[in-house]
Formats: sequence, structure tokens, C-alpha cells
Amino acid sequence: MTITPSIKRDYLSKLAGQGKRADGRTFNEFRKIEIETGLFSKAEGSARVKIGKTQVVAGIKILIGTPYPDTPNSGVMTTAVELIPMASPDFEAGPPREKAIELARVVDRGIRESKIIEVDKLCLEPGEAIWMIFIDIHILDFDGNLFDASSLAALAALHNAVIPIERLRPDLEKLQDKFPSVKKYLEEHPTDYTIPLKEPPISCTSVKYNNVIMIDPSLDEEDIAESRLTVATDKNGDIRAMQKGLNGSFTVEEIKNIIKASIDNGIKIRENLYKSVGK
Amino acid sequence: MSQEKREIVIPSQLLGDAKGNKAGRGTFIENGKIYSEMLGILSKRSNYINVIPLKGRYDAIEGDFVIGIIQEAMASSWLVDINAPYPALLHVNEVPWDVEFGETEKYLNHGDSVMAKILQVDVEKKLQITLKDRNLYKITGGYITYIEPSKVPRLIGKKGSMISLLKKHTRCRIFVGQNGRIWIDGDEDGIARVIYAIRKIENESLAFGLTNRIEELLKKNIKDV
Amino acid sequence: MESDIKLIDDNGKRLDGRSHDELRKIKIEAGVLHRAEGSCYLEWGGNKVLVAVYGPREALPRHTQNPLRAIVNARYNMAAFSVDDRKRPGPDRRSREISKVISEALEKVILLEKFPRAAIDVNIEVLNAEAGTRCAGLTAAGVALADAGIPLKDIPVACAAGKIDGHVVLDLGKEEDNFGDADLPIAISPRTNEILLLQMDGHLTVEEFDKALGMAINGCHNASEIQKKAIVDKYQSALEVE
Repeated sequence: MTITPSIKRDYLSKLAGQGKRADGRTFNEFRKIEIETGLFSKAEGSARVKIGKTQVVAGIKILIGTPYPDTPNSGVMTTAVELIPMASPDFEAGPPREKAIELARVVDRGIRESKIIEVDKLCLEPGEAIWMIFIDIHILDFDGNLFDASSLAALAALHNAVIPIERLRPDLEKLQDKFPSVKKYLEEHPTDYTIPLKEPPISCTSVKYNNVIMIDPSLDEEDIAESRLTVATDKNGDIRAMQKGLNGSFTVEEIKNIIKASIDNGIKIRENLYKSVGK
Repeated sequence: MSQEKREIVIPSQLLGDAKGNKAGRGTFIENGKIYSEMLGILSKRSNYINVIPLKGRYDAIEGDFVIGIIQEAMASSWLVDINAPYPALLHVNEVPWDVEFGETEKYLNHGDSVMAKILQVDVEKKLQITLKDRNLYKITGGYITYIEPSKVPRLIGKKGSMISLLKKHTRCRIFVGQNGRIWIDGDEDGIARVIYAIRKIENESLAFGLTNRIEELLKKNIKDV
Repeated sequence: MESDIKLIDDNGKRLDGRSHDELRKIKIEAGVLHRAEGSCYLEWGGNKVLVAVYGPREALPRHTQNPLRAIVNARYNMAAFSVDDRKRPGPDRRSREISKVISEALEKVILLEKFPRAAIDVNIEVLNAEAGTRCAGLTAAGVALADAGIPLKDIPVACAAGKIDGHVVLDLGKEEDNFGDADLPIAISPRTNEILLLQMDGHLTVEEFDKALGMAINGCHNASEIQKKAIVDKYQSALEVE
């Protein structure tokens, strides 16, 4: 386990008390964000996001599956995050532990609850066949703020994703013999097409230490953080998802300020995302 | 480093004949030939062929001054992270205080930093460090940063030229451990400028004329950069 | 696998236009990650592989430590999105076998005695897979180990040869791997031509095997040149900063 020397904690805390951050950013400033899409030919959609030195890739696989019994007309979406040992000397190989699971579930909720994927448009035959969308996120280089990097990578990959009619044509043709609605679907969608998406929510994470709040924590800042709050906002400035982490606390006032900073940064990041995916 | 032409060599690169040359640091001999075992800079001095590593973990040598971070306080010793492949042992007999059995935590705890000296490296690479020396102590205040151990000589400079430059222009106290850890103490502005200079030295460690460029940098106010 | 696809035509041209002893395009970049001590990103045909090296560091749990030398833990993993049908995350038996043979190949060239009780962890992540991932992974691992400053007797490199439609060819591509008659991935120490990894499945006569082995060794040497250039390029540029 990498140990942070207590001297470093004290120094960062002192800087914070003076309104400064170690890398010179303001409290409401994100590090440089780079978004690249369409990297992997095998994936139906893919993206790589860098926030500062943190680097994350996301891949989308789309397969034909069966719907959940209680939502027979809906496509299915799942999100998984792998904190692979490559990303940090402290990540161990093995099944996902709580950190990875929390990360995956928060990213998943942000996408699912915003209804960015129109799952009712992913039905092939009610009760029998639907499209399943798998979002797999790999952390490659860990330098703080995995929540926002993962969320952004998942969104960028989704914007880049196509329904693989061509690759799965043999399976679809078998289905259309059984189910007339699949036949109709194939007439409407004769070839690969991009997943229909609505406006994406953007996630912004802030941490608190020494009674100071800062957005987009670097690795060192995450190390000394007492509490953490992730807020996902949409283009109207409404809130779509929130998650508080770590064992410190926030005042109501602090939460309101974090929401405001998240909305402001959300607008800039959404612009960056649209530019990168060519919207 | 002197102004000799710097050549990068890679593992398995043939460097010379074992006949007439001596295999120095970072090399191995096979079938009468000397090869590089590391990614590094070739250095030939009076028939010795050496490879100065460009990267790699700290390789502890007895007598080295290092900065350690306490991992664990045990009954009569501490385990200390010195950025080597293994933690080092600091025994209660090797500190300037009178520590009772089981009272180690009163003196040094997880996360504390110390300036220490490598006391012993045994065959199995088990390491022991000591705090018993005039210049060694528990560190308080200031900031700790890190540079690749292979770049420490560049940071110190010929006869300390580079490090003196940093100290003079920033009025900071700076201690560079052979293990790549650096302690800086001074006012926030001074510390920020030292950190900035260290990052620059790290990125440009192989280039010529670095000392001059760093001097120029330090003469400016960091806010102008 | 039976198929009507003609993998190699009468002029000796393969599906992707290559001749029988031609390698797919290889691109290598060293030192691409910040946290890892050594790293390498490699593209080989349609394969995209990322390798990170940590170590030498204390081998944990303690009972895995060897008092005389370091141990090598290579972990080969395919990302869920790297293949046509999504792969469930986590090591399957195939990944574990590949991890083992790669670890063993690397152990031969790393100067392990210098680091008793330590571990060298090599993480091989396949981000896009298109036949020959274990060779791509090992070749990238060689670069990442050098990039990490780990003392090596040689930089290991891997390449495969095989047989398609009765012809012995170098570096099987996707369809060739699926519908071909034999696959022979190897890894060598290029300085000495010692074989560090060798696996074979399919059907080869002894003559065909000799031909395939010779071809694969040549392929390894070509890939080795690209590895070495990638390492030198990365650090040469640091020498020339203005």
C-alpha cells in the first residue's frame, strides 16, 4: 500500500486554508480533459478519457438477449468497472471489491436514471428478444477522480456506439423467421445505426478537506479528502444523480455550492463531449 | 554529467569485449563479451564499461542518506518504506530516543517521515536503517516530493551545483535522499517554485545546458512562467 | 474448422494481401502510463495491447516469496469489449494458462537473483483482439520491462507461424487462426535465439514444423527491431530537449 506522508497531508491542508491547490488550479477548476472515440474495432463503441493524468477506457458491446420478466419491452443495460492492477500499485487483481462496485453502480445510475438510452427502442420482440448493452470501463492510470473519468468515458463510448446489425445478421435472420416484429425491425433498420440517445448527464465530483471544497480531486487531494460528493446534472441544470462517499460530512450550504459548481462545469464538459463525438 | 556525448543503451546491447575491458555497473559478461543489462547511458572510464540506469527502483547501498516513511510501528522496531523493493527495518537501538518496549508509537507512527541512513544491506537484500547520526531526525513541516532515483545525481548537480542554485534562489531548505524522496521547507511560494524546478529537471534530465535554464527559470517569478 | 474460404490464392496472396512470410503492421510506444513503473502500448495488425510493469516490489502474500530470487507474475487479461462476443470479465482458464507460459518465458530473461523475496508484476491487457494476442502481449511486456529499468539479459519477443490451406505462413491473421490447419506461437531471446515459449496446435509434418519455426524466429527478429527502436526513441527525445 502506498503511504501518503503526513507532512504532505499537512502541507496540502495548509494550502487549502489559503485558497490554493498544489497544482495551481482554483477550487472550481477541472484539469485538462481529453476525449477520444472509436479506438477499438471489436467493440460496438469505444472511448478513452483523460482527466489530467487519470486515464480510462470504455468499450460497448451490444448483443441480443432476453428481457427481464418485469420489463418485457425494454432493452437491458449493464455497467461494469475494472480497477485493473495496471492503474495503480495499490490495485489488486481479483473480483471487484467495494470501491469498483460502488464506482460501477454510480456510473450506471447516472446513465440509467437520466434515460439517455431509450431502452424501449431496443426491443426486437416483446418478451422474447431485446438488445443488451454492456458498458465495460477499464481504469488504466489512476491519478484521482475515477467517477467523472469513468462516467465521461461511458458517455463518449455510447455516443460512438452502433447497433451491430451486420455482425449479427445471421442471428437476426433466424429470429425474423420466428417473430414478425423482428422482420419489421430489420426493414426499418437495414444496417448498422447509432444507438438513439437523449441528452447526457455530466458527472462532477468534489471533495472536502480542512473545511474547503474542491472539484475534480487529484490523487493527492483524494488521499486526504474527508468526504466526497458526485453530482450528475443535465443540460437544463437539473440534478439526475448524486452520491456521497467517505466518512466525513457536508453542511447543507456546502452541498448547494457543490451543486452550483457541478452545473457550471457540467456545461463546459458537455460542450467538450459534443465536440469530441462530432455532435 | 560532463559534456561527453551521451549514448542510450538498452538491455542485451553489445558494449565491448571482455578482453581489455572491465565489466562495470549495469553490465554482464557472456561468452567473452560485455552486454548492457539495463536501459541507461553508456559510460566508459579507464577501461571500465558502465551503464548508468535511466530508470528503476532505488538500489540501497550502505551509507546512503534516504527519506523514509513509517509503515508500521512494531514492539521494538519500525517498518519503513524507503522506496526500495523492500521495506527497511529501524530498530529501537538505532534511534536517538530511549524507547520502552511496546512504546514505539509514541515516537514514530504510520505516515511520519524520517531522514535516515542505510545501516546494512544483507545477502537477502534485507535492509536496516538508522537515525543515529547528527543530521538524521524525524521530519516535521515542509513538503515531500519525489524524483526517479536515477535522476538524483542530476538534481544535486556536479559538486552540488544544481541543488545550491535551487536553495539560493528560493531560500528553501532542501534535502535530497538517494532514494528519490526530496524534502523541502520554506514559505509556500518558495516551495512551489522548488517543486516546479524539480519537475523541469526530471523531464529534461538528459539535456545539455539544464543548469543554465533552471537558473533562468528561478530568476523569474513563478507567476510569470 | 471447415470452411469454403480460400485463405491463400494461387499467387500466394493471403486474404489481407500479405505474402506468406509477411508480418502484419506493428506499432510500439514505450512509457505511456504515469503510475506504472514501466509501460508499453502495442498495435499488431488489429490487436491493441497495453502492458504495465510494477516492481521489483515486495512479493505478497509473504508465503509466495522466494528467498533467493524474484518471482514474476504476468497477468494476461482480455477486456470484455476486445472480442466479437463480449467476454465476461475475470480470468478464464485460457487467460490463466497464457499468463503462466508468459511468466515462465519472462523469468528466463530477467536477472531475478538481484531481487530476492521480490515480485515483478506484469499486467497485459488486450483492448482489441485479432489473433496472436499472446505474442503481442509478450512482445509489449518485453518493452515495458526495459522501460521499468528492470535488469534483463535480453528483451524477449514473440511471434507466431502457422499453416493455412497446406501452406506454411507467418503471423496468422483472424480468419487464418480460425480456419487454418496449425498455429505455432513462440517467444525467443533474440540475442541467442533461445526459445522461451512454444505452443502448437493443429497438424504439422516435421518438415512443416521446421519451416514454421524458422519463419517464426525470423518474424521475432523483425519485431525485435521495432521493440528496440521504440525504447530508444522514447529516451532519445529526452536527450534532445532544447
